[in-house]
Amino acid sequence: MSVASAGVPASGTVHNEPVSPRRRKRSFTGYWLLLPGMLWLVVFFLLPTLQLLATSLYDPAGSLDSGYAMTWAVSNYPHILSSFEAPFLRSLFYAASATILALLLAYPLAYSIAFKAGRWKNFMLVLVIAPFFTSFLVRTLAWKSILSDNGFLVNALQAVHVLSPDGRLLATSVAVVTGLTYNFLPFMVLPLYASLEKIDLRLIEAGKDLYANGFTSFRKITLPLSMPGLVAGTLLTFIPAAGDYINAELLGTPRQYMIGNVIDNLFLVQLDYPSAAACSVVLMAAIVVMVLVYVRRAGTEELV
Amino acid sequence: MTRAGRWVSDHVVMALAIVVLLYMFLPIFFVVLMSFNDPASRLSYEFDGFTLNNWTDPCGPSGMCHSVLVSLQIGFLATLGATLLGTLIAFALVRHRFYGRAATSLLIFLPMATPEVVMGSSLLALFTSAGLSGSLGFWSILVAHIMFCLSFVVVTVKARLAGLDSSLEQAAMDLYSNEWQTFWRITFPLVFPGILAAALLSFSLSFDDFIVTNFNHGNTITFPMFVWGAAQRGIPPQVNVVGTVMFVVALTLVLAGGLLQRRRPA
Repeated sequence: MSVASAGVPASGTVHNEPVSPRRRKRSFTGYWLLLPGMLWLVVFFLLPTLQLLATSLYDPAGSLDSGYAMTWAVSNYPHILSSFEAPFLRSLFYAASATILALLLAYPLAYSIAFKAGRWKNFMLVLVIAPFFTSFLVRTLAWKSILSDNGFLVNALQAVHVLSPDGRLLATSVAVVTGLTYNFLPFMVLPLYASLEKIDLRLIEAGKDLYANGFTSFRKITLPLSMPGLVAGTLLTFIPAAGDYINAELLGTPRQYMIGNVIDNLFLVQLDYPSAAACSVVLMAAIVVMVLVYVRRAGTEELV
Repeated sequence: MTRAGRWVSDHVVMALAIVVLLYMFLPIFFVVLMSFNDPASRLSYEFDGFTLNNWTDPCGPSGMCHSVLVSLQIGFLATLGATLLGTLIAFALVRHRFYGRAATSLLIFLPMATPEVVMGSSLLALFTSAGLSGSLGFWSILVAHIMFCLSFVVVTVKARLAGLDSSLEQAAMDLYSNEWQTFWRITFPLVFPGILAAALLSFSLSFDDFIVTNFNHGNTITFPMFVWGAAQRGIPPQVNVVGTVMFVVALTLVLAGGLLQRRRPA
């Protein structure tokens, strides 16, 4: 199971039987097929990433109008880490919370679709992706209505004394994490479903024959076999959640700002390119390191 | 398993799943509801009164319908570009030998593992250093969208291609069809559902993108950019009309596609 294809809906069951290397043709055609697309990725992905790295080392005394001098200003990094420590940590904390919540919501759903839905399987899969046919921003604004101070949810929670009479949901960390969990939920459900669906039911039956109860057979058979989907799902949820700033902007306040809000503000409002680039590089590096450690510990196969 | 245990696992898990699905549809219900809202003030996010005005005058807010048009154009062109380039790569990966396979796979994987805010800001840094920051607009959004859709096309088409039964192609070759005929009569029709899925995915990624676009849009306003700008000044309820229409159109397409596939099993 690959991380990426696991997140792709509608392609049906994926059999990843690689064509044996002997059948692959040895000619120049392969290079010609690769050339345009890979050139695009080199020019508009790789090159920009290198430029970002360079920009993060520019002299912070420069400006967009006067131009920046390359001074290998490594000091940009300690500077932004101390200035923006809180949004960095908040991003990781919010993204981790949203990932765990999404996992708790997604597992029963994916499990039901894979094992209990019967002929409703495809219908339920459509229901999983259907809410995401509307725009991300419109959806997030709908959450603003749901969580609003006089909305039904706040009133209900106040009535059962979960919230104090003047307590609110909007403009709190809870609102931001709710939005993040919601917006990236399908990225958790679909890979989980893909790996649960592949489980050979005879294994579970064999477990029952050997007197495993429901919980034991889940813990010893189903859960371990769904690990590839679980790993793919958590990555596909965590990565976009850590870089997101739409939820923090629309559902939170500056006290809930994540590192994405900081990068956006530094690049587009303050026009402080070196600091902004350094923040982006740190976010990227943090994610790459976490992904590598996580994938290695979880022991999944190749990523693409 | 005891009978009670079986009942629990049969019903409780399904009940949980239905609750989660309801949670997923809650905001959609609100989008539809708010499309009939008659807001008391510009900054109101609550349902204040029922009206049909938003549906009879969808293009009321200035610039909104134009922004939808821009998003449709960019979505269409980005889908075309990314699907073409990505399908070629997928064929190369599955069917051809070449040097640098590991590096190629890495370069395809990385954009999917990179947060959008990093990709968007990197592109802005590149365009600025190339002296293009003044001329950003339609073209730079398009270039960026093709870039981030490309990897998703590659993995989608590649999955379909790798699962293909190669004996069908061998049978065609045995029956004296040449490589060209085999490709267009056998391979392409079999891979086509994968290409179609990749194209739909690209379109929805492009149409809905905000973060990368926000860094590279210049003065061009896509629909998500319009909503973002409006969120600061007060959201016109017609935004929810667009949201509802998008939902209904996409759902209809998916259900129609599903019915077609059922009638004509691939």
